[in-house]
Amino acid sequence: MGTYEKWISFYTIVRKDLLRMFRIWPQTFLPAIVTSVLYFLVFGAFLGSRIGEVSDVPYILFVVPGLVMLAVITNSYANTSFVMFTNKFFGRTIDSVLVSPTPPWILVAGFITGGLIRGVTIGVLVLLVSLFFTNLVVHSFAVVFGFLVLTSLVCSLAGLVNGVYAKSMDGINIIPTFVLTPLIYLGGVFYSVESLPAFWGMVTRLDPVFYIINGFRYGFLGTSDTSIVFSVGLLVGLAVIFLAINIHLIRTGLGLRQ
Amino acid sequence: MNTAPALSLTNLKKTYKDGTTALKGVSLDVPAGDFFALLGPNGAGKTTLIGLLTGLVTKTSGTVKVFGKDIDFNAEEARANIGLVPQEITMNPFEKPIDIVVNQAGYYGIPRSIAVPRAEQILKDLGLYDKRDEQSAKLSGGMKRRLMIAQGIINEPKLLILDEPTAGVDVELRHSMWEYLKTLTKKGVTILLTTHYLEEAEQLCKHVAIIGKGEIVANGTMDEILALHDGEKTVDGYRTGRLEDVFLKLTQ
Repeated sequence: MGTYEKWISFYTIVRKDLLRMFRIWPQTFLPAIVTSVLYFLVFGAFLGSRIGEVSDVPYILFVVPGLVMLAVITNSYANTSFVMFTNKFFGRTIDSVLVSPTPPWILVAGFITGGLIRGVTIGVLVLLVSLFFTNLVVHSFAVVFGFLVLTSLVCSLAGLVNGVYAKSMDGINIIPTFVLTPLIYLGGVFYSVESLPAFWGMVTRLDPVFYIINGFRYGFLGTSDTSIVFSVGLLVGLAVIFLAINIHLIRTGLGLRQ
Repeated sequence: MNTAPALSLTNLKKTYKDGTTALKGVSLDVPAGDFFALLGPNGAGKTTLIGLLTGLVTKTSGTVKVFGKDIDFNAEEARANIGLVPQEITMNPFEKPIDIVVNQAGYYGIPRSIAVPRAEQILKDLGLYDKRDEQSAKLSGGMKRRLMIAQGIINEPKLLILDEPTAGVDVELRHSMWEYLKTLTKKGVTILLTTHYLEEAEQLCKHVAIIGKGEIVANGTMDEILALHDGEKTVDGYRTGRLEDVFLKLTQ
């Protein structure tokens, strides 16, 4: 396969996923919007005025970046894990790609591009929704966009590993429910680590999502509980690790070929 | 001119994780440009063998060459020459037939500007053109089989692998499918066929291999294989059963 043929193959995988994603938008985009509206209502309009300021900003401004990341992480992850799982178990449509000359890295790139686009689109939509509840101030568009893309990339890659390994529907639900959700909620979406007792502050600092959320929050507030350089380094490191795992899995056929 | 066999297998072995040995060292050459029958009872290793050729099953050891290209060292070139029509119906039931076929072309690097008219022509040839924009879930069993063939030939493969393509298909449709596939062999396509309808293999294939319990138990031209029949069973002086008798004799 030459470069042009590889591009066609990549485009085919991405196009197919995007058509699916936008055709079933009430399942892929709407839930994140509805959930975000509820969070903004509860934590912004209803409770926000009572909580007052966190990290020297109104609570609603503090919580918006966390809620955006919550939506981005869960949706990027869900997209690749679900699409890979359904391709494996419903009609074995993944075989159509596996028998073709499409190289493993194109297959990985195609799947994660779908997750990346869904994650970034949802991030932008949730940010737009937040404008109905507060006047967002952006400290650095580059940091905001960079974290949006990197986070979506890492979660798409992680979701793909899950989708490749999953042998049943439980297999794609266990990690998001029992690992990802606790990591997100304990990662500082709703609070600053400075306000926690020492023990819980230490627990939070062991959570990788904490660094992702705080890096993204820095893009808006210009302040963060963590080093932004460390946050970027962590995301890049995770991306490299998950990419290597994915390419190994698909090249060797683990979880895909018999 | 490439004189390499369409397919060359050397000492191909497959043992699954649970310890089941499906193939015990299969060596086989499939000559280019005609039908080739791979016959065997259920569980003999036919589908495992096809999975190994197409990359859906990983081999334990041995080599596979497609028109001289090793599937380990020239995977992309080797696979570009193969089309597969699997035994199971593997398609997204929500997709339209035209999309299924055009997407398959895309995985082979064929742009939509070429793939769409080619897919439309194939769907016309296979009598599916009127159904091209319907959900594939709404197609009948025979139509789904034909759609699988369309998917398998969209990349214009030099080697087409058909794993029991006529299972559950009525006689009339089977005949029309074979007539269409004969037009492909006339264009130089090699067709490796597994089927339980031995009379089909006998009529279509000049070459045949019989696999039993993971090993090739007979391999040669159809005449050579039929000559293995001992001729004892006769009715009114005529030999009966022919390939079926040889098959039963070799695989029991």
